[in-house]
Amino acid sequence: MKASKPSANYIFLFALSSKRNRKKILCVLCASNERSEWAVKLTKMNRIPCLMINARPSKIVLTILFILGLAQVACAHVEGGQAAGFITGLQHPWSGLDHVLAMIAVGLWGAQLGSPAIWILPIAFPMMMSMGAMMGLIGIPVPGVEIGIALSAIVLGTMILAELRPKLAIAIAMVGVFAIFHGHAHGTELPAGQSGLLYSMGFVIATGCLHGLGIALGLVKGLPAGKLALRGAGTFIAVMGVVFLWRSIM
Amino acid sequence: MKIRQVTSLQKVLIAALGLLFWPSCAAAHLVTTGLGPVYDGIGHLVMTPEDLIPVLAIALYAGLRGAASGRRALFVLPLVWFVGGLLGFTLESLPAWPVPAVSFMILGVLVAADLNLSQKSFTAVVVGVGFVHGVLNGVAMKEGPGVLGLVGILATLFVIVTLVSAFVVSLKQSWSRIVVRVAGSWVAAMGMLMIGWMMRGQV
Repeated sequence: MKASKPSANYIFLFALSSKRNRKKILCVLCASNERSEWAVKLTKMNRIPCLMINARPSKIVLTILFILGLAQVACAHVEGGQAAGFITGLQHPWSGLDHVLAMIAVGLWGAQLGSPAIWILPIAFPMMMSMGAMMGLIGIPVPGVEIGIALSAIVLGTMILAELRPKLAIAIAMVGVFAIFHGHAHGTELPAGQSGLLYSMGFVIATGCLHGLGIALGLVKGLPAGKLALRGAGTFIAVMGVVFLWRSIM
Repeated sequence: MKIRQVTSLQKVLIAALGLLFWPSCAAAHLVTTGLGPVYDGIGHLVMTPEDLIPVLAIALYAGLRGAASGRRALFVLPLVWFVGGLLGFTLESLPAWPVPAVSFMILGVLVAADLNLSQKSFTAVVVGVGFVHGVLNGVAMKEGPGVLGLVGILATLFVIVTLVSAFVVSLKQSWSRIVVRVAGSWVAAMGMLMIGWMMRGQV
């Protein structure tokens, strides 16, 4: 609002400007205790519409006080923001390609190894992932988290590519160690005001769905060119892991 | 360009419009349904994942263990829940123990590992979990729905345990039982995360 000599004792002036050109005023809302010649001049000069509200200051102040004094819902229930927490948790694993590829790789590898790894690996991963998240939550540091995540993609991708079949205990241990890195990095990012339980539910369910997606994709191994496609997917995951590793080191 | 003078009526309308746009909390939590205390109790259980998920996990495990375990859970769980609820009505408050998180972990591990517990041990687990959650519900509901709310919870428990455990019992293919065990691992993972959040003070 430019300094001027208003004819009224007070003026509240709101000018709505164009989104493209901020200097171009589209309309004026003027609240004044009497007809403001200054606003009239501005309106006529710019050829814009003007909405003028003439009222005493006391009325305007009373109206504002009335609105501020309106009783609001207390919102004291401790479970506020639940839906938001669940959706945030559900979205989070999908937000990072490193996490997505590693989760899918676990499912793919499980499908490639067959029973019982096909179901033990997707059971072991979320449990160890939540262990990693808990370590992050209570402040236990894990060194080289980003490097660990990148290595998970490289190692799991290589396993799929080379069709390696280690002993079940070794496969579980590998997946479990990598899960700690993923949990530590991703499980602790709860936005303020949202339910931790619902966030955890969404996070775990989304991770499980990614494993399920990997297992479903891994079932192509039964098709004629399926094994080759599976190894191609492993190559892609391993290469992306190298990219993640490069980024984390650089 | 036209200058429009706002009349008194329009001023009132503008103020009313301002009130309508005034942000307010949604308060969408349906603990109080308006349909009476029994439905409030049903709504409380269904809308409270801290209680609902352990009940589902008990039903899943009972289903994995067979029809006999399902029948046992069907009657024992509502009974101990009710007793716990009555005790909860007499208590003022409870310390902030991570009861739901521990329930999640115990039951989640049981389902995920498909541990072959004896009937006595299984009953002990059901009694422990049901009683503690019942006490928590009793403390939470004594100012609201009261005993009738507890009755609503018991009815819901009965229905949930019946349907879920019977469904799991009916699963014959190995992969479908594996899906149940994967769900158990998710419950255990949630419990572990809940403990972490509690230690961080964000639950």
